[in-house]
Amino acid sequence: MIEIRNVSKWYGSFQVLTDCTTNVKKSEVVVVCGPSGSGKSTLIKCVNALEPFQKGSIVVNGVAVENPKTNLPKLRAQVGMVFQNFELFPHMTITENLTIAQIKVLGRSREQAVDKGLKLLDRVGLKAQAAKYPGQLSGGQQQRVAIARALAMDPICMLFDEPTSALDPEMINEVLDVMVQLAQEGMTMMCVTHEMGFARKVAHRVIFMDRGAIVEDAPKEEFFGQPRSERAQNFLAKILHH
Amino acid sequence: MDYHWDWLFFFRETDDGLKYYDWILSGLGWTTLVSLASLAVALALGSALGVMRTTPKRWLVAIGDAYVDVFRNIPLIVQLFMWFFVVPELVPDSIGMWMKQDLPYVVIAVVGLGLYTAARIAEQVKAGINSLSRGQRDAGLALGLTEWQTYRHVRLPMAYRIVLPAMTSEAMNIFKNSAVTYAVGILELYFQYKQIIEKTSQVLEITIVVTLAYFALAFLMNRLLAFVERRTRVPGLIVGGKGGGVP
Repeated sequence: MIEIRNVSKWYGSFQVLTDCTTNVKKSEVVVVCGPSGSGKSTLIKCVNALEPFQKGSIVVNGVAVENPKTNLPKLRAQVGMVFQNFELFPHMTITENLTIAQIKVLGRSREQAVDKGLKLLDRVGLKAQAAKYPGQLSGGQQQRVAIARALAMDPICMLFDEPTSALDPEMINEVLDVMVQLAQEGMTMMCVTHEMGFARKVAHRVIFMDRGAIVEDAPKEEFFGQPRSERAQNFLAKILHH
Repeated sequence: MDYHWDWLFFFRETDDGLKYYDWILSGLGWTTLVSLASLAVALALGSALGVMRTTPKRWLVAIGDAYVDVFRNIPLIVQLFMWFFVVPELVPDSIGMWMKQDLPYVVIAVVGLGLYTAARIAEQVKAGINSLSRGQRDAGLALGLTEWQTYRHVRLPMAYRIVLPAMTSEAMNIFKNSAVTYAVGILELYFQYKQIIEKTSQVLEITIVVTLAYFALAFLMNRLLAFVERRTRVPGLIVGGKGGGVP
């Protein structure tokens, strides 16, 4: 579904990604972790071309994102993305947030879009908030709306960029629950997260990044059981024992 | 004091058979027309330039920056004289003749004042867009919106809300700046003011009335935009202070 081949990226002369190669198969859940500044978020943003890269190739569902001829809006519409800071549109109601892209990008009618949006809102437990504005919801609620907004586009895969990092601790689980449910339904997911509980529960593979490179890419059991690299061992020791 | 107050002179007849208050009303009408038309030009062009200066395309940024540099650094009255006297000589003869003979003065004045104000609107629109997080753009693009749709539906609606207080000042300024167009023959309020002083020498009365008229125009614009600010305020979101334009 997502094939990342030898991707390198530079900001000026500073290399932020070095020869990254991995792939995410259909219905696979891959967790990407690593210390801050390791390039995790940058890599995931390369997948839907929010970040350009200078070398290598990323193919999503058979389409090369770096190809200048690729219709990026069309590709991005198929790839759901959830951001660290939710990024709901503050001047739109929750319903408008859920319907704008369905109407403008997919060409659905307003009725269809609202119908779909409300169903998804119900699914994340927020149907009562439909007429509110994002600023009137808690962080956890906003992030659940953001997930529903991405799902409203009927994506073929989902990208999560630290979806719980900006949340108060008591709100993390409500978001993770939605993600777990999504994973169990067979959604293809690539998640940048430090939530190792989530990784243990639903991930098939874990990728560990450090200094712009993929240091370890292993099945979950292997990663948590016996990480091969010393850096991954240190990282795990730090985030699991505190 | 020896000054002879005569408030009733406004009702006296002028040389052309009208009353003096007719001159004032006519001037007020032209001032309003020139100001609102210039504001429309400034908002449209200024928004386009402001957007251009936030795109990833370097040449668009360069054009926008150059425009703002030129139009913000030359006094308004000099710009008006440029449009009236210099530009018609620089363009091909046929166009130059048309500008001098057939094009109504007021159109040139509106374009001149509009282009001048557009540079200032462009600064504000750019600042508004840049004050939004990059994530808002990313979120729009990630949903499959095009770059333009992201501006149209996501970035500009918030940017305008953020800079509305600054734009309110600009919209009030345009009434005041429109007085300069008397120099290129627009029969607006300041022109009528000068003319009435020459004819009647009732300097104090007319000065007071014209002062109040300009004040009322700017004040009305301020109240109107304060109303717009309240109506467009986003629930649950704090942008700037409370409603009410900054004078």
